[in-house]
Amino acid sequence: MHRNDRPATARWLAAATFALMLGATAAHAQDAPDALVKRVSEDVLQIAKTDPRVQQGDRARIKEVIDTKLAPHFDFERMTALAVGRSWRTATPEQQQQLIEQFKTLLSRTYSNAFVQYRDQQITYKPLRLDPSATEATVRTEIVRPGGNAVQIDYSMAKKGNEWKAYDVIVGGVSLVTNYRDEFNQQVQSGGVDGLIKSLAAKNAAPTPPPPVLK
Amino acid sequence: MRYEMIRTFTRVALVAAGLALAGCASVQTGAASKDDPFEPWNRAMYDVHQVVDGKMIKPAVQAYVDYSPKIIQRGISNFFGNLDDVVSVINDWLQWKLDKAGNDMGRVMINSFFGLGGIIDIASDAGIEKGNEDFGQTFGVWGIPQGPYLFIPVLGPSSVRDGTGLIVRAYASPLSYIVTDVPVRNILYGVGFVDARAQALQSESFVDQAALDRYTFIRRAYLQRRAYLVRDGKPAPADEDD
Repeated sequence: MHRNDRPATARWLAAATFALMLGATAAHAQDAPDALVKRVSEDVLQIAKTDPRVQQGDRARIKEVIDTKLAPHFDFERMTALAVGRSWRTATPEQQQQLIEQFKTLLSRTYSNAFVQYRDQQITYKPLRLDPSATEATVRTEIVRPGGNAVQIDYSMAKKGNEWKAYDVIVGGVSLVTNYRDEFNQQVQSGGVDGLIKSLAAKNAAPTPPPPVLK
Repeated sequence: MRYEMIRTFTRVALVAAGLALAGCASVQTGAASKDDPFEPWNRAMYDVHQVVDGKMIKPAVQAYVDYSPKIIQRGISNFFGNLDDVVSVINDWLQWKLDKAGNDMGRVMINSFFGLGGIIDIASDAGIEKGNEDFGQTFGVWGIPQGPYLFIPVLGPSSVRDGTGLIVRAYASPLSYIVTDVPVRNILYGVGFVDARAQALQSESFVDQAALDRYTFIRRAYLQRRAYLVRDGKPAPADEDD
């Protein structure tokens, strides 16, 4: 009896640890939307503050951070569909794929430009009261810059399978997706869906404008 | 001389409005945005702005940002921010937002007396939030729609409603009552303009990277932003699916 105890305990411990690890992973994947936004933002902010390559403005490294830390939490397909609007349904699957790819590139290039600039910011996260069965949520955050006005940044999120993903970012009341809708409409009207793809590709191929001035 | 600034404002707005109407009558091509019936005219004004701003104003403002001490820039921003707070108080009252009026009044008093005439923004450090109300927003709260979008050279994006608000603001400007010496006042107006333009430099580089067509991008961002300010940051009504 005594002798058997030890292996049993060890086995139990191992099983418990395994279960805990599983549980932790599962909990991670099922972060509530507000917890997710907070975790990802703090993570990225931490990198912006401490990573020497990011601070030197190393584009490749910044792109890597965006691709691995940020992009997985966005639903680019939905973002693109919303921005393209009516013409989305008439576009072929190949066109849709190209649109998603180009739009994703444009957004991450834009974001990488803003990346270094905002490292001394502080983010406050507004608590979110959410029904457990909800599949849509708006997570509200506020960026406080020293000496500047607070800027409200909201994330529109939807539950996709087991995970929450953002499909719009609203900065100071300006929705990114809505802002692109006019632009995309205009391009589609003058050159069709292919025209839009071409303009996006041209924009993405152009050299990045010089980094912004710090005030 | 005395109403130099106001005259300029009025003239620009009247000329813009008048010519915009003319432009509307003559050109109706493409599917113009319903918010921007004067698009051909506005685009022409936008091109004028790009030249004047890009060749003259922006380089000067950039030099100011690069070469003048940050602490002086901050002080200037705060000084004009304090004047904006006075305008906020008036508009808080006009919108009957009494809590906000008290708040903004408190900011003006604290910053004017203890912040050396507004040069130091003690109120913000103490956590008293800025009201940021203006006449255009007041008209919006009263139920007046934006009206056609207007792009005014040098001043930037506006609308018939907000442009009217700017004219009212020019008349109501606290500076015109406090400073009676005209040359000094004109210099102050100039400094205020440089400060306002400097604030916009940062978001501009964002637009350069993000936009396929800067004109369209700025127009939608402006209209969204103003609607948001009129709602006081409350969530937008559900977006119609088109």
